[in-house]
Amino acid sequence: MHFDKPTYKVVRRHKKKDIPQGTYTKDPISGQPVFSKEIEDNQMVVPLSGHHFPIGARERLGWLCDQESFVETHAGVRSADPLNFTDSQPYVTRLKRYAKDSGLPEAVITGTGRIHGLEVSLAVMDFRFCGGTLGSAAGEKITRAIETALAKRIPCIIFSTSGGARMQEGILSLMQMAKTSAALQRLAAAGLPYISVLTHPTTGGVSASYATLGDVILAEPGAMIGFAGARVIKETTKQTLPAGFQTAEFLLKKGLIDQIVSRLEMRDRLHDLLAALHLKKKPAAA
Amino acid sequence: MDKPVYTLEFEKPLRELDAQLDQLRQETLESGAPPSPETAAKLASLERRKESAQREIYGHLTAWQRVQIARHPKRPYALDYVSLICEGFQELHGDRQFGDDRALVGGTAYFNGDAVMVVAQHKGRETKEKIARNFGMPQPEGYRKALRLFRLAEKFGLPVLTFIDTPGAYPGIESESRHVSEAIATNLREMAGLRVPTISVIVGEGGSGGALGIGVTDRVLIFENSYYSVISPEGCAAILWKDAAAAPKAAEALKLTAGELEKLGVVDEVISEPQGGAHHDPVQTAATLRYALQKHLNDLRPLAVSQLLDARYERYRRLGVYEETAAGLA
Repeated sequence: MHFDKPTYKVVRRHKKKDIPQGTYTKDPISGQPVFSKEIEDNQMVVPLSGHHFPIGARERLGWLCDQESFVETHAGVRSADPLNFTDSQPYVTRLKRYAKDSGLPEAVITGTGRIHGLEVSLAVMDFRFCGGTLGSAAGEKITRAIETALAKRIPCIIFSTSGGARMQEGILSLMQMAKTSAALQRLAAAGLPYISVLTHPTTGGVSASYATLGDVILAEPGAMIGFAGARVIKETTKQTLPAGFQTAEFLLKKGLIDQIVSRLEMRDRLHDLLAALHLKKKPAAA
Repeated sequence: MDKPVYTLEFEKPLRELDAQLDQLRQETLESGAPPSPETAAKLASLERRKESAQREIYGHLTAWQRVQIARHPKRPYALDYVSLICEGFQELHGDRQFGDDRALVGGTAYFNGDAVMVVAQHKGRETKEKIARNFGMPQPEGYRKALRLFRLAEKFGLPVLTFIDTPGAYPGIESESRHVSEAIATNLREMAGLRVPTISVIVGEGGSGGALGIGVTDRVLIFENSYYSVISPEGCAAILWKDAAAAPKAAEALKLTAGELEKLGVVDEVISEPQGGAHHDPVQTAATLRYALQKHLNDLRPLAVSQLLDARYERYRRLGVYEETAAGLA
């Protein structure tokens, strides 16, 4: 077991930056320009159309947890370069760029926080760090988040967004799928709930491990979720992909996820579900 | 033993030497006379050159060359090994929900007299069989059948032997619609908690999540010329080098060969193959495998279930290389 002294870092709500830049942002659903600040102040969801723009891990945590309740842990766990990997540029150079561009130490932020008073262990992925890919460091952090839930006997929630396993760490990335799933086996055996939230996009090795192992699986509207990429499927099978293939709505229809939940309702919904599964009591009226 | 057929591109020098040897032998045979001292000397010289060429080529195989041997059409497949090292294999079909995946098969068998549960990815040899077995690319029902058999093994206390040989799980509309991700993920979790000894052997291709879906085991063995990778060298080359022709470079960079995997702690033992690959002597190769499997089974059998599960957890828990600084305060 690997339990560290927690490192304290408070994430404030309403801290905003990124994605829609400039004064106006085009809403992909309506095609209309929307005042960017209006989107930022609404968890990156377009108020009228409900389009979900990607949101950073820290920003998500800021909105999700009770005020100042989130305590980040294992922030010192960073990717190494075990294979000494170089393609068009060295992996270490890429890592530095991802850290600089995203302002994050890794593709996942972990810690504990409270949702309407209920303590949970959290792992939140961020697509901006190397496409949210799962390498050794991310796998380690997620495993520790699961082990924290186990040790503290609290529920675990993982928000996924990922292009899959990180190629630059080769087979060790694949092994993170086994490692995280093994930790979830122990969590399940202990009778502690795990809720997986799939956000745009969740694919490859992440979809084929912890992202799909939730006792309850939620997804954000419009999220792309799948094992193989659409291009690979087209090339391999020469089939035309049906409209809306691999969207959250497609998965719901096929019976593969429990609910599609708007980001604006996520905090309440997670609490409601955990009240039933973990507290086993109807929560007091807010 | 059958004469080896050198069909791979890098085996060209051997192919040419073989052709010369064949021609000379044929000419001698047709002349009806015993070979002249010159011919005998020439034959001997060619044989020596062939041996040294074999040593040169097979002694310095690149990662990409090993991938080609792992995919060799004559390479022994999973069920070849099962028939060589097990007795009384009884195939058990179907996932009880959707269908019977021919790419992923399993059933009970006797290994050195003891009952075991065999689960194997099998590619198929002739065109018709290859198609029936989807070229060894399982669909969700294959992984669900595997899980059913794992559960059966657990119920009756049988050790599980899995044979891995797949380019990957099948990428297709149907496969996605029946949730291949869930089928693989569930196997990863459930194999971690299986209360019987489990051993997997990568006999050919260890293609990513499709391989791992039956590969979370107490011991992972791999043949010398098999590979195990997060992505195919071609796929990696296409994404990172923007050029599928960079596959040899990608194969090298991914550290996907048996020796590299052993160094990374991902596999527990590398099983040697005859010079040139397992297809040069499947019987000998199977005998080596039988010995290794028995040894690992002997190690695992005496363990109490809790010891077995803790050791399995730790085996995967320690995999991965990362840096850790104390504070991490940004």
